[in-house]
Amino acid sequence: MSAPSLLAAARAQALRDLRLVWRRRGDAAQPLLFALMVVALFPLALGADPQQLARIAPGVLWVAVLLASLLTLDTLYRSDVEDGSLEQMLLAPVPLAWLLAVRVGVHWFTASLPLVVVTPLLAELLFLPADLLPVLMASLLLGTPLLSLMGAVVAALTVGIRRSGMLLALLALPLFLPVLVFGAGSVMAAAQGLPWIGALLLLGAGLALALVLAPLAAAAAIRIALN
Amino acid sequence: MTTPPAPDAPLLLARGLGFSRNDEPVFGPLDFRLAPGEALLVLGGNGAGKTTLLRVLAGLLQASAGEVELSGRPVDRQHLARGSAYLGHLHGHKADLGALENLAFSQAIQGGGGPGIEAALAEVGLAGHEDTPARRLSAGQNKRLALARLRLQGAPLWLLDEPYANLDLDGIALVNRLIQGHVAEGGSVLLTTHGAYAAPPVPVRTLTLAAARSPA
Repeated sequence: MSAPSLLAAARAQALRDLRLVWRRRGDAAQPLLFALMVVALFPLALGADPQQLARIAPGVLWVAVLLASLLTLDTLYRSDVEDGSLEQMLLAPVPLAWLLAVRVGVHWFTASLPLVVVTPLLAELLFLPADLLPVLMASLLLGTPLLSLMGAVVAALTVGIRRSGMLLALLALPLFLPVLVFGAGSVMAAAQGLPWIGALLLLGAGLALALVLAPLAAAAAIRIALN
Repeated sequence: MTTPPAPDAPLLLARGLGFSRNDEPVFGPLDFRLAPGEALLVLGGNGAGKTTLLRVLAGLLQASAGEVELSGRPVDRQHLARGSAYLGHLHGHKADLGALENLAFSQAIQGGGGPGIEAALAEVGLAGHEDTPARRLSAGQNKRLALARLRLQGAPLWLLDEPYANLDLDGIALVNRLIQGHVAEGGSVLLTTHGAYAAPPVPVRTLTLAAARSPA
């Protein structure tokens, strides 16, 4: 029997996941609506004073994106566990970590990237100064894949637990804290005219590390969780 | 460590294989061998550990005692994955995808030496359902789709957990036909069943699992 090639397996995994998202494209809009609503809550609660909103905008936008991507984490493996697909991925000759890396990549592309894309709109709602937008976008582009990768490890740990939504959030949020601190912090620093590139570099370094380690950790966690 | 397997080595060999969960034995210790072209029927009541045994052999669970050899070589994950195909209680395909799409994915990650995808679908009686999403297939048809995946993989060892569940008489005959064909090609099958309502039409040895714990 012929051994599957890594590239063909990755392409098949990506194609499968994209198809699945496309068949349920209604669900894909939910994180966007959620982030929009979270952002809309702040002017309602604090009053529509542009200066005050502009001051908190970087933090609010980052928290909204972080919470929205947290909510999508539960779906990362749920259906694959329930229908046995994950078992078959586990048994395949192709390393599970490789398949998971593709899986997380597609998840980021379909769940987090749209959030980043609509961020300029959300930023407009909170009167974020236009010169801060590039910094915010850069921090989100580096930070959201990092959130997806770390979230994939935590979600893998809770794979064996039935109603794991709240547990997942409790486990993931502490890990997300540094990303939030550096991500929102870079924009805050830029707003005060301080150097902001360092925080972005740290996010980039974290992303490079997570790209290599997170799929391996997630694969190990799934093996343990399903045991 | 590249000694070639002895030519007369059994396809599957288990020595003192046992599994315990929280120090309570689920099954074992078991000794058995499965030669190429042989089928082994694992019998036992509910809770006797049939599914657990298959999951251990498939590499989904780690045995707590004993060892397993595949073609004379101690089992490692890579070797196991290439050498065996597993059909569990869950079908292992996506409800939102069509039969063809599901099998194409499986072939890409599992590799395959069996017939083409369409031939495998025709063989299990799903010709004409190539693009039907699996959610619109009946339980029996879903089982057939999972059987097509098995056929496609072309692995020498089949681990089948209750393959007769959910199938009509036609389906039972189909499972038997597939097993017969696989065994005729020199493959081996290890299957579980809790009832004797269906048995493959090939020489079968049986392995009976007694409940490891007597009911309190």
